[in-house]
Formats: sequence, structure tokens, C-alpha cells
Amino acid sequence: MSLSGLRRPVCLIPKFALCIGRSLTVPICAKRRNVPKIMSVQKFSASVPKPKKETVSLCFKLTDGSEHTATAKVGDNLLDIIIDNDIDVDGFGACEGTLACSTCHLIFKPDQYEQIHEKPTDEELDMLDLAFGLSDTSRLGCQVIVTKEMDGWEIEVPSGVADARG
Amino acid sequence: MLFILPRLCRQHLRSYVQSHIRQLTTGQPNVCIVGAGPAGFYTAQQILKGNPNAVVDIYEKLPVPFGLVRYGVAPDHPEVKNVINTFTQTASKDRCTFIGNVTIGKDISIADLQKAYSAVVLSYGADNDRLLGVPGENLKNVISARSFVGWYNGLPQDIDLQVNLDVEKAVIIGHGNVALDVARILLMPIDLLKKTDISQHSLDALSKSRIKEVIVIGRRGPLQVAFTIKELREMIRLPDCKPVLSQADFIGVDKLIQDLPRPRRRLTELMYKTCMEPTDKDVKLWKTAQKSWSLSFCMSPLEIFGDKDVTGLKLGINKLQGEDLVKQSAILTDQTVDMSCGLVLRSIGYKSIVIDPDIPFDTKSGTIPNKDSRVEGKPGMYCTGWVSTGPVGVILTTMNQAFETGKTVVKDINDGILDLTKPGKSDIFNILNSKGVQTVSFKDWENIDQFEVKQGEDVGKPREKMVDISQMVSVAKKS
Repeated sequence: MSLSGLRRPVCLIPKFALCIGRSLTVPICAKRRNVPKIMSVQKFSASVPKPKKETVSLCFKLTDGSEHTATAKVGDNLLDIIIDNDIDVDGFGACEGTLACSTCHLIFKPDQYEQIHEKPTDEELDMLDLAFGLSDTSRLGCQVIVTKEMDGWEIEVPSGVADARG
Repeated sequence: MLFILPRLCRQHLRSYVQSHIRQLTTGQPNVCIVGAGPAGFYTAQQILKGNPNAVVDIYEKLPVPFGLVRYGVAPDHPEVKNVINTFTQTASKDRCTFIGNVTIGKDISIADLQKAYSAVVLSYGADNDRLLGVPGENLKNVISARSFVGWYNGLPQDIDLQVNLDVEKAVIIGHGNVALDVARILLMPIDLLKKTDISQHSLDALSKSRIKEVIVIGRRGPLQVAFTIKELREMIRLPDCKPVLSQADFIGVDKLIQDLPRPRRRLTELMYKTCMEPTDKDVKLWKTAQKSWSLSFCMSPLEIFGDKDVTGLKLGINKLQGEDLVKQSAILTDQTVDMSCGLVLRSIGYKSIVIDPDIPFDTKSGTIPNKDSRVEGKPGMYCTGWVSTGPVGVILTTMNQAFETGKTVVKDINDGILDLTKPGKSDIFNILNSKGVQTVSFKDWENIDQFEVKQGEDVGKPREKMVDISQMVSVAKKS
């Protein structure tokens, strides 16, 4: 069999993670919202009605004290917003929005947390339980869909802590 | 803001210029990493990001990268393996080189690496497993869960594992995530497994399995289990399989858990509800289930019975002692119970090995002694991941730790602690060439990757892993 015949024109990415209907080619730096997110049990943004082209302004506060303002399309999820706006948080979104890690952990203000339309599923809470700095108003960015009420929200992006070494 | 911005820029510029001047006068930071698993790749990512001149070479014993992401993560958890995309980005950087099929401690010594590199980061994981230390542990079909995981994930060293699944009852010793992974693979409907990248030899064996009952035994109680809630929930929802929990283990537990931190509380609540207050829907599903699994608490194996093959085990009953509920320890009582079974899987933790006598090692904990990743008494030597902490935590834990290790190395480079005049990989390649070691580059791995994906497509799987090292190398070199 000729191996050269297998070579694809795009960057060659290992195709480990393609069991459950994921796209066959994931270009490097793929915009995550272009990747189908299909699993039977969990809820993903793909199932949410898209997009009304409305945008809101969000402010993300990092642990180093820096603040990043991002323009977010209503209907997108917050993981995508952070990636698309190049907000640099090490390791953010490691599982690419498939509800298999807790790296897109975000903390909301209590009153705003209550206003988020979709309440967390058991599966989201399960992953959040492994997050560093878990709070009562924590969510996973990949599960929170931007709505127009969110305009002007300040959202905290906690980062991993050094005491993981135990 | 207007005042802060120029100051920030100035500071940034100053540190940038300073680091450049230092590099011009003292050379380039050449860093090597031993072990291409998550700890190694995340450390590399952080060093490459933290120092614009650093060159990072990642050595790996196998011809293929990604360590336990490839060989440890369960085949039915493909989404966890998405981290490979990030590792691939790291490996694709000009300043990063993957050097596979090189065994450190055999082909190249740690002393060779220290001569060639400014910093040596050890991230070779935990390759060995802990033993029970009871009579009968060497009987046939008493198997280490680590080897069993390697077997179903196609790890070359484990593919010939002798496991007899022509039995009805299996006992797994240990209450961690590996124990639940192994239980799930043993009980999962074969049609679901077929669609994963599970190795064909184990799929064939599992499709003939007669196992109907799996008992997962731990030495402590429900409040001390080490598995996480995601894995527990998967077990509770496993199709055609009924969870069996003894009500005696959970009486009064609901009163104890209210004040626990949320993760422990939710985990314990899920066990409690499954045992004491299952929903009608669950009960209906479980009624028709052909298979079952159970969680048994406060038991320690004392002896494993059998003539040649295992036939059962003697378990000592423990009581729990200590004020802090979650940290209570198990004390053996004089009560025992015998249990019959045809397969025993030992899943009580891993430990690391000494790959080279030049590496300090704590044989009791099975880890390399270190302070903030710096190996004690060895300037320029670092360790990260399971070889430094022991086998605990999920990938996230390893990621955060590896980022800290990377920052530590960058700090030591910037502080002028490390010798930046070392030559880097050229010296190592000279040794490898003289010994005739065939190395595998990241491009070579991509040949293997494509080959495996193609093999998988033919049988409706995301990939069919190659299990023979010489075949991997020959496919890697064909282009």
C-alpha cells in the first residue's frame, strides 16, 4: 500500500479522537465551533439554535490581574469565545469542548450565574468537581452559551495552582 | 491605564533585551525531556513559550509519542485524547524535536544527556505496579490492572498477556479510576467496544468473555474511594449491567456527607442514591440486566487460592479509624471471608522505576525526590508528572504540574543558573549513530499515525494500533 497516497493536504494530525463522529481532519488551531461535537448523553452547543449575528461585549479577568474584553456572538459558547479572541490561558479547553476535562473553568458573579439560561447537567458538574478553585458559581465555558443578557459581564478565568504536586 | 501601559511595555522590552544579551553571551538553552507523555509535552509547551530561544528535545522509549494518552486512557474515552492535538502543535514547532525509539538508561545514559543539555527533565511516568504481597499472587489469572490496560490498549510489552476470560466472576482489588476502567471494559457490551480503538487481539478475547459478575474491592469505606464521579456514573449507567451496593455500607452515610467538600459530597451522594434510593427508571433497567458489578468496602486480600489457576481469595475485614472521615485508615480485624472467582485484577497503584543509576530515587514512595520539580542534589535535573508525584490525579493535575515545572526551568535559565554552553542533540545523535539506533522523528510518527488510521477505517474503528515495535519502525521510515 502506498503511504504517500494517504497524505492529506492539510496538517497531519493524529486521529485518535475520532470515535464518535468527530471531523476527520482537525486543522491545527481549528476553530472549535467548526468541529462537530456529537455525543449521545451530553449537551453541546451544536444543538442550540444558532446564530442571530447579535454580539455582546464580555470581559474576562485572568488570575494575573489582566482583563481582556472580547466581542462575543450570541449563540457561541464561552470556550470558543476565549480561543477565538486569543486570550492566552495555558491549557484552556484541553478536551476541545467535549466535556472530558475541566480546563475551561470559569467563575461568574452570583447574580449573573443565576441568569445563565442552561443549567449545568450532572456531567458538567462531575467535571467541575475536578476543577481547581471550584466555587458555587463555577461553570465550564464549553457549556455556557452566550445570550444577549450577558452584555458587559465580567467573568473570572481561574488558572491551575502550583500546589497540584501535593 | 495610560500610565501603566508604557511601563508594562518598558518592562517587557527590558526583560526581552536582557534575555537576548544573555543568550548572545552565553549560548542557547538546550533542554531535553525524557518521556513523551502528557507531563513531557506540557512541560515542553511551557518552556518553548516561556523562552523564545529554548530548544526542547523530547526522548521516548517507544517509536510513538503521547504515553498514557495513547496507552492508558480507556478506548471508550476518545474525547480525553483530544489533548493530542495540542501535543502535535507543540511537536510541530521548529524548536521542538521528538526523538522516539531511544531508551534512556540503555542507548543513552543520563550522564550523556547532562553533558549535552543545559537541563534534563525526567517525565517517564510510573511503569511498575504495586504488589499485594500475599500468598498466591503468582497464580495464573492473577493479573496487574496496569498490564491489562496495556493489553487492551495495544502496549507492545503487554500484548502477550495471558488472561483467561472463560470464567464468570472477576475480582478487582482497588477503588481507583483504573479499577473502574477495567471493570467497565470487562462488562461493556462488545458492540460498543468494537467502535473504539481497542486492540483487535483484546476485542477478540473480550467478545468470547463469559464474565458476568465483577466485584470491586477496596480496603476502606465509601467515603475514602479514590475514583472520580464521572467514572462511577458511567458504571451506574452501563447498559445491561446492574450495580450492586450493600445497604449496610450506606446506613447513616447521608448524615455524614452534608459538610464534606462538594466533589466528595456529590460522589458519595451518587453511591448513596444508587444504593438506597434508585429511581424507578434505573430499577426497571437493572431488572433485565444480564451482568452485574458490585462495590465492596473494608476488605483486604490475605491470600489468593488456587492450584494453578486462581479459584478464589480470602479477605480480611477492616474497620476504619481516625477522626477525619475522608482520611480514615483501615485496620485489619480478625474476621475473614472467603470469595470464589476465576480472575483477580490487582489495581492498587503504580510506582516508577530507576532507569539510570545517576537518578536519585526513593524506593519507598517509588518517586524521584524533588523540590518544586528540581531533583535533589542534581543541578540541571528536573522531574515532573507521575515520576515526581506518584500515580495520582487526572490529566489536568499533570498538566498544571508540568506547566509549573516548565516555568521553573525557564526561571532557572533566566536566572543564569544553568550552563547554556551545552551542545544539545548533536552529541547525542553521534552516540546513537555509532550504536546503530534507529530513531523515529515526529514526521515518522505521522506515517505510523496515518497507517494506523487507515487500518482502522478498514474495520470501522478510529484506528488499529500497531503492536509490533519493528513494524512501527519500518512503517515510520517508509515515505
